[in-house]
Amino acid sequence: MTELLDVAQGVVDRARPGEGVEAYVARGTETEVRAYDGRVEQLAAASSAGIGIRVVVPAPGGAGNQVGFAWAGSLERDVIDQVLADARDNAAYATPDPDVALAEPDGAAPAEIDLWDPDFSRLSTDQKIQLALDLERAVRHADPRIRQVDAADYADGHREVALASTTGIRAATRRTSAFLSVSAIAGHSAESQTGSGFSVGRAGSSLDPSEAARSAVERAVRMLGAGRARTQRTVVVFDPRVVSTLLGVVSAALSGEAVVKGRSFFAGRVGEQVAAAGVTLVEDPTDPRAFRAAAYDGEGLACRPTRLVDAGVLSGFVYDTVSARRAGTTSTGSGVRGGYSSTPAAGCRAVALAPGPLDQEAILRSVGEGLYVQSVTGVHSGVNPVSGDFSVGAVGLLVRTGALAEPVRELTVASTLQRMLQSVVHVGADLAWLPGTAAGQTLAIADMQVSGA
Amino acid sequence: MQQASSKVAAGDDAPLIEPPVLERVLQVAVRRGADMAEVFAEDRQTSGASLDGRKVEALSSGRERGAGIRVVVGETTGFAHTADLSEQGLLAAATAAAAVARQGGGGVREVALPARRPAGPGAEVLPSTVAKAAKLELLARADEAARAAGGAITQVTAAYGDVRRRVLVASTDGVLAEDDQVRTRLNVLCVASGDAGMQTGYESVARTVGFELFDRVDVDELARTAAARAISKLSARPAPSGELPVVLAGGSGGILFHEACGHGLEADHIAKDASVYTGRVGELVASPLVTLVDDGTLVGEWGNFAVDDEGRPAARNVLIDHGILTDYMWDWLRARKEGRPSSGNGRRQSYRHLPMVRMTNTFLLPGPEDPEEIVAQTPRGVYVAKLGGGQVNTTTGDFVFGTTEAYLIENGRITEPLRDANLIGNGPEILRRVDAVAGDFSLTPGTCGKDGQSVPVGCGQATLRVTGITVGGTAA
Repeated sequence: MTELLDVAQGVVDRARPGEGVEAYVARGTETEVRAYDGRVEQLAAASSAGIGIRVVVPAPGGAGNQVGFAWAGSLERDVIDQVLADARDNAAYATPDPDVALAEPDGAAPAEIDLWDPDFSRLSTDQKIQLALDLERAVRHADPRIRQVDAADYADGHREVALASTTGIRAATRRTSAFLSVSAIAGHSAESQTGSGFSVGRAGSSLDPSEAARSAVERAVRMLGAGRARTQRTVVVFDPRVVSTLLGVVSAALSGEAVVKGRSFFAGRVGEQVAAAGVTLVEDPTDPRAFRAAAYDGEGLACRPTRLVDAGVLSGFVYDTVSARRAGTTSTGSGVRGGYSSTPAAGCRAVALAPGPLDQEAILRSVGEGLYVQSVTGVHSGVNPVSGDFSVGAVGLLVRTGALAEPVRELTVASTLQRMLQSVVHVGADLAWLPGTAAGQTLAIADMQVSGA
Repeated sequence: MQQASSKVAAGDDAPLIEPPVLERVLQVAVRRGADMAEVFAEDRQTSGASLDGRKVEALSSGRERGAGIRVVVGETTGFAHTADLSEQGLLAAATAAAAVARQGGGGVREVALPARRPAGPGAEVLPSTVAKAAKLELLARADEAARAAGGAITQVTAAYGDVRRRVLVASTDGVLAEDDQVRTRLNVLCVASGDAGMQTGYESVARTVGFELFDRVDVDELARTAAARAISKLSARPAPSGELPVVLAGGSGGILFHEACGHGLEADHIAKDASVYTGRVGELVASPLVTLVDDGTLVGEWGNFAVDDEGRPAARNVLIDHGILTDYMWDWLRARKEGRPSSGNGRRQSYRHLPMVRMTNTFLLPGPEDPEEIVAQTPRGVYVAKLGGGQVNTTTGDFVFGTTEAYLIENGRITEPLRDANLIGNGPEILRRVDAVAGDFSLTPGTCGKDGQSVPVGCGQATLRVTGITVGGTAA
């Protein structure tokens, strides 16, 4: 790790007088196993490394600063030289902007969270293969109606990141991760239905293959015999996995960058009631249970909790350095970046709704009649975080007399994000940290339009 | 292509890896006993810029090079990749990929590659030779044109990107192929604000060509289109809900076929019985008006290439002929099992990824009808002028696709604009419901995601009508 920080600092030390330089250096390995039909279908092992450099220079004439960026998938010395030269050259073309700047250390201490599981390296390749094979077998034998396992995967990896800048940022982190996922196909005569399951952790030894298998089988099998739902306006109860996805979209509109650029329906509404009173939404990457938990953000500032919605009232946004300066505030340590090939932008890593009092069963009982949505499709094509328009494809089960009833497919559920937030009737007690940028829990929303037959 | 004006830098003719090195690496890869070993090397250079909120943000330049080595033993594939293209780095990756071959005793196998056929870039003007200021000039023009389209436009993001991707594939099957792919794109996203909130409008151009793209594309017009889309939706009413006839405009996207059957005709899904089209070759799966083609050879289109990422030449494949399913799309691995050749559909996102079956440019052949007649003969329905993305579950055949510009059809006339919504249908059912196809065909660029990998594809269709599909709006 020190070595990576040395690479980053080595670049920073070459800054010219008056020039700001930030180097983001990452390195990692990954192993992926796919089992199929009792055999290893694919085994991939790889390591990769790369660097992204930002150069900030004061524009001639004092009209602000200019920033340039370049990256490469290599840490070889001559490659780094070229990346630095390219970033410098690119800076000359940016529009001078007083709000453009590198992050400055703000004194906030990074959370002491341990994302490195030493057990990570103890599993042999053969044991990893065995995990994938066992997962596939567990699904195939769980129920006579399972006719196929499309993919049973084990994947793990480790990643180290170091970041240094001329403003005095020095941050280094490392993490391990492990993942099991399975996609099951249940069948009855000509009909097929699918269900997926997964387990995530920081090492293979902490994964739960039986839970991954159980949920994949349950989800596929309970959809058998699915018919069409009738077009209606009703209460929709969303599965925790779907809620995690939806919160990811909502959090895009809570990015300070979207707000300052006039691309969020939340802009100008701080202090207003934007959601039902039962909705409290917090971003907290320092919670080690979060899939994307982190001690440092993409600019090397300490990650910290940010309250976004408090009992339905909009309380704030997440900011990186540039969006914060544009908004006249300070960074919330929320710069996210997609790796060494991209620049930081304000975003959420770990949003979660404060749990309500009822578990899923109790919510279904309380709702009585409606629709339970097990999974959604078309989120990228039908949910717009600027306008708030919301329309997704769905499969699920009808809710009758307070319990899950017959399965339904080929339907859509629609509303607007604004109206959905106001129409939340139950937030589940069943909070679970899922892969992605948000936790999930059962959520019931009234007054949704269901389109079906 | 006018090769005469190509500006090929010195050294670009050299292979990414010298053939004698490739031969030695492949020999090591099959040493422990393997059916096939392959080296895929890639050198990718990208540049991008965006103008957002009237400001040019950080220009980006990127470079990535490396090789992925694949070793196939029976039904098992081993894979390793490296950013180190030295012989030592490649040998280490070959040894790692070959770890799946446990039998040993493969012995020394001679690997002899055919002669090289170096590929020149399929671009008249390499973007790397164009001044950065010229790229920014395009963005400034787009920004200005979009803002001039109406006072309701409150935000404009214009983005430019280009990529040059040199690839080399060598395998123990005697493949030695190279390609030099240049892609250039520009897109504009506008936000319009009104009393009822904000709406977005998007338009893009993307082709497998160099900077000469902008000799033929009117950037101002593209920006105005994006702006008009956002402005018109400010007064849009909620889309209807329930099943309705839908007319899809020519050039609206073609994503219907990409999702309704494209993915379902990929042989990897077929092999695992994870497609509604499994075992249905020779059957009528669509209206007789449907002839669907996947064609990687269409020069300049977004899904175009000379050779695929397994070194097979791009090909034109008829998938559905007048409603009858004629063939699936194949990569090397799936084709081998069936004892047939690949159809040139083996693609991968980068050297870090294994190839799989992917579409190239997938489109419906045009029909005889007049587009305006199709609308005139639709008493009530939805007219979709532009589509966004989509998604499919190939196993059930259920798919969605989103509208980004749509209108109500009332009494055979296009009337009020509608807010965005997804439409949902089942592939084989919807294909049977195509009852009119016009002649105003065009292709649209898109990015297709599958199993974590993104590749550029084209989708196309002429104006057509589906007699009934579920529209997922909020209006009763």
